[in-house]
Amino acid sequence: MSLNYDQAVEKYEPTLGLEVHVELNTKSKMFCSCSTEFGGAPNTQTCPVCLGLPGALPVVNGKAIESTILIGLALNCSIAPFSRFARKNYFYPDMPKNFQTSQYDEPICVNGYLDVEIETDEGVKPFRVEIERVHMEEDTGKSLHVGGATGRIHGADYSLLDYNRAGIPLVEIVTKIVGGTGKYAPQVARAYVTELRDILRSLGVSDVKMEQGSMRCDVNLSLAPIGSGELGTRSETKNVNSLRSVERAVIGEVVRQSNRLQDGERIVQETRHFQEESGQTRSGRSKEQAEDYRYFPEPDLVPVVPDSAWIEELRATLPEKPSTRRARLQAEWSVPDKEMTSLVNAGLLDVVEETITIGADPTRARSWWLGEVSRLANEREVDPTTLITPSQVAEVISLIASGDLTDKLARQVVEGVIAGEGTPVEVIAERGLKVVSDDGALMTAIAAAIASQPDTAERVRGGNIPAAGALIGAVMKATGGQADAAKVRELLLKHLGQGE
Amino acid sequence: MAAISRDDVAHLAKLARIEMSDSELDHLAQEMDVILGAVARVQEVASADVPPTSHPIPVNNVVREDVVRPSLTPQEALSGAPAQSEDRFKVPQILGEE
Repeated sequence: MSLNYDQAVEKYEPTLGLEVHVELNTKSKMFCSCSTEFGGAPNTQTCPVCLGLPGALPVVNGKAIESTILIGLALNCSIAPFSRFARKNYFYPDMPKNFQTSQYDEPICVNGYLDVEIETDEGVKPFRVEIERVHMEEDTGKSLHVGGATGRIHGADYSLLDYNRAGIPLVEIVTKIVGGTGKYAPQVARAYVTELRDILRSLGVSDVKMEQGSMRCDVNLSLAPIGSGELGTRSETKNVNSLRSVERAVIGEVVRQSNRLQDGERIVQETRHFQEESGQTRSGRSKEQAEDYRYFPEPDLVPVVPDSAWIEELRATLPEKPSTRRARLQAEWSVPDKEMTSLVNAGLLDVVEETITIGADPTRARSWWLGEVSRLANEREVDPTTLITPSQVAEVISLIASGDLTDKLARQVVEGVIAGEGTPVEVIAERGLKVVSDDGALMTAIAAAIASQPDTAERVRGGNIPAAGALIGAVMKATGGQADAAKVRELLLKHLGQGE
Repeated sequence: MAAISRDDVAHLAKLARIEMSDSELDHLAQEMDVILGAVARVQEVASADVPPTSHPIPVNNVVREDVVRPSLTPQEALSGAPAQSEDRFKVPQILGEE
């Protein structure tokens, strides 16, 4: 019988290691002055340096060093007083140089940590993830595999290379071994990557768009029988390109490995690829041993020796920590813990803050983003923040507050904005969604409702207030749902002698 | 004892994607052993007060401003490529069938 996740973590203790690659948002590449712009025509952003042509000499982008030090400081790392680049040699056409310029035994930042919070059976608990190193390197080119049965690299007829991305500054952030998570390993992995993304965004050093590949995560995972005190053989899962996938990849690997161990098979140390559709991993090429990369110090680049005055200058510019900011906003808006976690996990904190800054009521701002907008986004399987802007949501909320829209009409306006019919005001004009607040028009509809249901009207006159519901319904129907129901009720009861 | 074995050379050749015949491996193993032996003599004179170095000139922190300069055109970039298609470098099959 095969084990499911819950059964697996009753028998086995997972150990994680997370490697996150982040493309920095510098204007030019790491070692040359080519543009880093996303989406350019193939091979329009290359030069002798990033193509590895003979005699070309690299020079480091100072801004990239600064960004990396900022990342190290934000992750509580020590900044190395002396650090060097190294060549990582391998043969794979994604790097035209036949090596990637990286850092090996002398990374620029070491020994940090990141505190995250996870939801456990006993409430929200803190968890510290220790950071081994943060180092600088360069991104690789993009391959297009042509022909073959599957369109994948395996058995393709040939491959086409675009080196626009080759040489874009890349920072690799590596955790130490993350143990002691127990069954919460998937949540810890996701919380770590989420917090890391928020920190990087707050530093302004990267776009951190997982879906565009400017932030990518590799998940190392091993299992050992609970209580054995051993470390099992690990697999490394690549291609994990969303926060949800980080969580699913951990679950998928725990289940796969536990079932192999259960059947007495051994785990192969290998690279695996995450499959977005199934949530499972598939075996890739088996991992080359570290010494196979034949690292050696890069002779064409001089050492990086940041002086302590500069480091302190950079430290002074660190922005408010995302965790501090969350605590501050939660207090300002008086949000319950659970709802705050939902907001953060849904990635809606920024847009909600913006909506409130424009002037919307905090409770309404939260409920529109978490409710209607998220619902419509789920239907379309897109990020809510791509559907509508904070100022549009704020505008809708202010129209509700002024009585120009009811909640029901407002939902139609939001739907119209999302459908691309224009701004809220344009949607209102186009769809004719204004609240009918003209008492005369309402009274006409009320009189018609009474005329069509004289018995009901009589019961209301006799003091049966709940019976008024049928008449209010008729008025709402007659006005196409554009009347304010509370207003209709007030006018109707007054007309039937039941007002205060 | 030899500083580098024939198996070491075969491994390096594989990593460097250089195809070598048996006789070439025999020959190169001997030749590289002599070279490594010569280099090893440097270690005999290197004392503890001489740190290992990768850069003979004491220059640090050479950086450039983060400024974009014009790149090559795709035609220029591809001019030395043995094969190309759709403005991209065309390379032979990388991995065979699984």
